[in-house]
Amino acid sequence: MTDAAGAIAGIPARPAHRTERLLGWIATVDHKRVGILYLITTLGFFCLGGLEALLMRVQLARPENALLSPQAYNQLFTMHGTTMVFLVVMPLLTGFANYLVPLMIGARDVAFPRLNALSYWLLLFGGLLLYFSFLAGGAPNAGWFSYAPLSEPQYSSGPGMDYWALGLLVLGIGTIASAVNLIVTILTLRADGLTIRRLPLFVWMTFVNSFLMLAALPALNAALVMLLVDRLLGGHFFLAQGAGAAAGRGPVLWQHFFWSFGHPEVYIMVLPAFGIISEVIPVFSRKPIFGYEFVAGSTVAIALLSYGVWAHHMFAVGLGHPFDAAFSGASLLIAVPTGVKIFNWIATMWGGSIRFTTAMHYAIGFLAMFTLGGISGVMVAVVPIDWQVTDSYFIVAHMHYVLFGGTAFAVLAGVYYWFPKITGRMLDERWGKVQFWLTIIGFNLTFFDQHLLGLMGMPRRVFTYPAFPHWGTLNLLSTIGAFVLGVAVLVLVWNVWASVRSGAIAGDNPWNAWTLEWAATSPPPEHNFEQLPPVRGRRPLWDLAHPDAQDPDVGDADAQTAPAAVAQTRFAPTALGMLLFLASEAVFFIFLVVSYVYLHSDDVRRASSVLDPRITGAYTVALLASSATIWMAGRGGRLHRGWLAATIILGAVFLVGQSREYWRLLREEVTTSRDVFGSLFYTLTGIHGVHVAAGVLMMLVLAGLAWRASKPALDREALESVALYWHLVDGVWIVIFGVVYLGGRYLA
Amino acid sequence: MIRAWFLQPRFGLMPIFHPISQQAHAISELFAFVLVLSAVVFAGIVGALIYIMWRFRRGRDGSGAEPRPVFGHSRIEILWTAIPIGIVGVLFVLTLVAMRASDPDAPADRAPDITVVGHQWWWEIRYPAAGVVTANDLHIPVGRKQLVELQSADVIHDFWVPRLGRKLDMVPGRHARLWLAADSAGTYFGACAEYCGNEHAWMQIRVTAESPATFASWLAAQARPAPALGGPSDSGPALGAQLFSRLTCVNCHAVRGTSDTATVGPDLTHVASRPSLAAGRLVNTPENLRRWMAEPDLIKPGSYMPNLHLSDQDLDHIVAYLLTLR
Repeated sequence: MTDAAGAIAGIPARPAHRTERLLGWIATVDHKRVGILYLITTLGFFCLGGLEALLMRVQLARPENALLSPQAYNQLFTMHGTTMVFLVVMPLLTGFANYLVPLMIGARDVAFPRLNALSYWLLLFGGLLLYFSFLAGGAPNAGWFSYAPLSEPQYSSGPGMDYWALGLLVLGIGTIASAVNLIVTILTLRADGLTIRRLPLFVWMTFVNSFLMLAALPALNAALVMLLVDRLLGGHFFLAQGAGAAAGRGPVLWQHFFWSFGHPEVYIMVLPAFGIISEVIPVFSRKPIFGYEFVAGSTVAIALLSYGVWAHHMFAVGLGHPFDAAFSGASLLIAVPTGVKIFNWIATMWGGSIRFTTAMHYAIGFLAMFTLGGISGVMVAVVPIDWQVTDSYFIVAHMHYVLFGGTAFAVLAGVYYWFPKITGRMLDERWGKVQFWLTIIGFNLTFFDQHLLGLMGMPRRVFTYPAFPHWGTLNLLSTIGAFVLGVAVLVLVWNVWASVRSGAIAGDNPWNAWTLEWAATSPPPEHNFEQLPPVRGRRPLWDLAHPDAQDPDVGDADAQTAPAAVAQTRFAPTALGMLLFLASEAVFFIFLVVSYVYLHSDDVRRASSVLDPRITGAYTVALLASSATIWMAGRGGRLHRGWLAATIILGAVFLVGQSREYWRLLREEVTTSRDVFGSLFYTLTGIHGVHVAAGVLMMLVLAGLAWRASKPALDREALESVALYWHLVDGVWIVIFGVVYLGGRYLA
Repeated sequence: MIRAWFLQPRFGLMPIFHPISQQAHAISELFAFVLVLSAVVFAGIVGALIYIMWRFRRGRDGSGAEPRPVFGHSRIEILWTAIPIGIVGVLFVLTLVAMRASDPDAPADRAPDITVVGHQWWWEIRYPAAGVVTANDLHIPVGRKQLVELQSADVIHDFWVPRLGRKLDMVPGRHARLWLAADSAGTYFGACAEYCGNEHAWMQIRVTAESPATFASWLAAQARPAPALGGPSDSGPALGAQLFSRLTCVNCHAVRGTSDTATVGPDLTHVASRPSLAAGRLVNTPENLRRWMAEPDLIKPGSYMPNLHLSDQDLDHIVAYLLTLR
């Protein structure tokens, strides 16, 4: 291929050496390549998770089977769940977002391309760290939800749970970084005329979803940090403490924190799928989405409500009828915005001219399967029903209907829909339909039986079961279904592999779709667009092709000439990104402080008398003063080096003070392992101290750069970001000081 | 009528729909209603999809032209939002009613009738008033509800007997209480329903409901200490009793009436009268008893019962001794 032809097609001229090509992929910061890396890596992890599932199903095919020991089986089901949630579904949806969002908003790349690449590598290394546990003494085996105290060192003495917690922490950092990146991208890099109200629904769903990630992942991170303190530093967070009313709080605290993450997490795993369906169904019905505003608005409703339903995973704990009833009501309510979207999608098809492409097969399959899964979800929102079926195979069935019949079907629709854009070639439609039928038949054969098994009394997370009537038959059917699914996956992989090499050439817009990504070539060049069509509504390419039948104006009629998005935001992208990151950090600290309040008891109050608020108060004043000095350092739009130096010194003073206090307490034998107070104190102040140290480091870097050469604009933007971070760190300290040092005396 | 349909034999396999107590009944009634409602909704949606796929498939009108764009219809959308809200509102009210019916208030101030303590991977069962301690084998009198207190000695377990009613977690440090009742005699199976480690799958519970008279005599028999060993001191059982003390069995197992009082493992005072061994893993026969002691690590790998590599002769003696603990 000549250089000229390559340049026209947007494909870079083939480099001379194979290593350069490989290096190109390893060193890439192009969102499209990062997206493809995500997709390939998650496919690999999907195969691992699927293999784990097949092994489990073989073990369960017969009653009292002895193929796998319970130890092996328990590692498999833990890794299957952890892999599918953290290494497949979440990154798969992130990979799609990475690839598509800049294209769909007419941008050249994401806002922070290097951060984007980092998110990918954190996925890969987090996953490898997790899987390394198989070689290092045993994979985690306390379930993907890792309930305490089973996950504590007394009951899980191998290193597996440590790998689990550390691996997930690494992955969590990448996820938060992705969320920040996508939000800033969508807010600042939209093409002219593309107002928020004109966003394609996939972009909107990704946008809302990213906020969900920012607010949910910190809950998990807090829980993981506390678990690691328990496991590695002898902490007492999640253990039952002695006798009395507060004795059982530790184990329950884990569940509260985990599900505060875990429930928003399931919406994180499904909202982008809703976005995919909202793109696919209109195109193959040849009609715009019915009720864009309701679909977009109900998404926000789901995001907000998802924080109020977490304890429906805890109905069996026995936390009291009022508590259970409140969460039941919220859970029944959240079914409404989720469910009415089904009506919107069906109404989109009504009156249309339906093309039954493979993508459309999957989209319609999604509608039926997700409805079934949603219905079983409504069933378990009814508390007494949940009291019977929770922790049985009924829940396994429910979960897989929404995650596989829902998200995975939507992802498959997305794969068949966007594969032409990504690779420039069409996936074979005949094999696609074979793959679809194998998938839907295999899927229902695997998981429908599990509803029945749950109703028959089969608990979940069991490596085998007694020979009760029909349990063996249903399990065997389920296993057969799982292997049919395995064949379906092989067909998909083969289709992808063959089509990449020799599929039909796709052209820019093989589906006659309407959103901006179809205005680029297939595949797009590195800079994405040679020229963007004008954007006056939600379907720019429709408007272009039908100048006499354009979509009605949405929003500002003059928005076509609206200033570029980046000028519409008050903050520079870097500061905006920092602000979003700080929001997630604030949630993280809130959870740590909540743990202090929840675990507080007379013992904790007595133990906290060892603290001296006056000395610490002095160091606190230094820290608070440093907020004032860093504000002074940024006054007048310049970076005042003297004030910056003062901030660094005050921060260092705080750190020295903190270290002296630690030294004093350690000499008095107050440690993380002594009691709950020790665990709480060192975790709260220690994590905060790490944040202070990181802030001081950042300021040192800033100071070094400022001394070397003067770049006022860059200095000011960097200082703005660091200052925001510093103010949060100080604000968090006020709360910690108040709760731990002062509140200890007054909290009952 | 709907309820009768659900109670037919085909659903006899589903303990949830074969309630044997008022509490379980309240749940199965509501469940049946919700199932029927769900079936109607699902059929409606699938029916609509099938109809739409047929009626609006491409090429039906022959023209292939783009259909007229329709962007929404606020009134319809408000309606199909309001109706589901109404439906879930009804479900919420039914939920509240059924919660009270299926889980009546369990007083926290009076002593429980039965205490069940979850261990990895067996059930310790105590009748405090009668001074009875047993394992894995729970008896209740028909028609008289029992106040049960659930505890855990280690990790979180869950008590679930579907025909009797709801499940409830056994969280270490918490004392959860529920009412347990059966309306007719029978044996009802349950299982631990919270993943508790390696042998979570073999932590079955068996509840036997019997007439109050039968229950009282069972309880009295359980309250008696182990029968004194008669016969020569070199008989099988006597030798077995000596081995029991010497070979560290006493470090975990109690036999009331002797000096063996450890509570780490199941109380063995009346082990020979229990229907199963190892929390449902084996039917309680002399052969299985012998197998269990010969190779517990093969039968229930991960269980804390150690394999003491007993000789055949020692095994014979210990089994003979345990069989006297009726």
